[in-house]
Amino acid sequence: MTLVVNDLTVARGGVPVLAGLSFEVSEGCALVLRGPNGIGKTTLLRTLAGLQPAHAGQVQFPEETGAYASHADGIKAQLTVLENLAFWGEVHGNDVPDAVFEAFDLVDLRDRLAGTLSAGQKRRLGLARLGVIGRKVLFLDEPTVSLDGFSVKMFARWLREDHLARGGVAVIATHIDLGLEAPELDLTPYKARVDLAGGSDEAFL
Amino acid sequence: MIALLKRDLKLAVRAGGGFGLGLAFFLIVIVLVPFGVGPDAAVLTRIAPGMLWVAALLAALLSLDRIFALDFEDGSLPLLATSPLPLEGVTLIKGVAHWVTTGLPLTLAAPVLGFLLNLEPGAYVWLFASLALGTPALSMIGAFGAALTVGVKRGGLLMSLLVLPLYVPTLIFGAEAVRRGADGLDASVPMLMVAGITLGCFALLPFAAAAALRVNLR
Repeated sequence: MTLVVNDLTVARGGVPVLAGLSFEVSEGCALVLRGPNGIGKTTLLRTLAGLQPAHAGQVQFPEETGAYASHADGIKAQLTVLENLAFWGEVHGNDVPDAVFEAFDLVDLRDRLAGTLSAGQKRRLGLARLGVIGRKVLFLDEPTVSLDGFSVKMFARWLREDHLARGGVAVIATHIDLGLEAPELDLTPYKARVDLAGGSDEAFL
Repeated sequence: MIALLKRDLKLAVRAGGGFGLGLAFFLIVIVLVPFGVGPDAAVLTRIAPGMLWVAALLAALLSLDRIFALDFEDGSLPLLATSPLPLEGVTLIKGVAHWVTTGLPLTLAAPVLGFLLNLEPGAYVWLFASLALGTPALSMIGAFGAALTVGVKRGGLLMSLLVLPLYVPTLIFGAEAVRRGADGLDASVPMLMVAGITLGCFALLPFAAAAALRVNLR
């Protein structure tokens, strides 16, 4: 279970934003992406997750093991916390383990409608989805937005003990320190030159 | 895929899900027709098959933009795209869910509303049967239109413009089946055409819709 990225160029709207990226994240390791706003962290994560085609270069990890999580949590306001998680579990062929509710402090919110949750609670529910779907390679885009310090620690603990320790891989774009012992990759040097040609247009995924 | 169907049906019947909106619209349009064309029973009888089909078609159109727009807004769509479900399966299920929440109630209500337009007694069976066969095509074509316009701001109107011309064959053959039934003629040929259109839509459009979604998700 290793993520290998080889000479990757990613483009947004046909314009390359990052070029010449190569890195490798091995089993049980995380990689933290750093860089100023607009450098292309989200574009890179979406490309890695397969939501958009790479402009050039390769991304390799075992098929059907990747999961993407972004600012939007994919939560349905009219469903309860349990129903939301059960849906994503069912889609991935998994049950919802009780440990997930404890790991993300959702025990008391189990049967609340997701629409009545606070922003931080919704975020915890969105992250709890990662504990249900059982995917090994996680691409996380600012996972800690609107979480308080306690919840950030809780999430970091889950990532360390329940995900990475069990052979998972994570690539995380974040501005705060998660307390993970993970290498950081500053994207600034990889900023694409303006004259790099624009891209293809075929459907992908 | 069953999980997705169950979720969509659950969402449709919960508060704000829009279940019954299309049905209420259908009822109101049909009630308005006699006000517009006058209470002459002979005229109503003649236009009933066409009016019922046009009204059903517009009612189905009403809720189309919700098929993918809601999932796009809350971020479910990229998550579904990276899930083990094939995107073609997702679009198929979305079309089916739309039919169960819109087309099916319309089909069941149509015979009752036919009474309001003084429909010929012999046409009720054909009205029910042609809608039962034809509305799935409306939902699947609609899912394709919704996939094309997902992510477009105020895409609802654009989608109507794209989808309505595609509804023409279904409308022609569906209404023709009812008209033949009303005149006591054999309606099996237009019924077979409607069935063919529906089967063709379900065979091809999930792939087209999935391709449109992939482009729009980038």
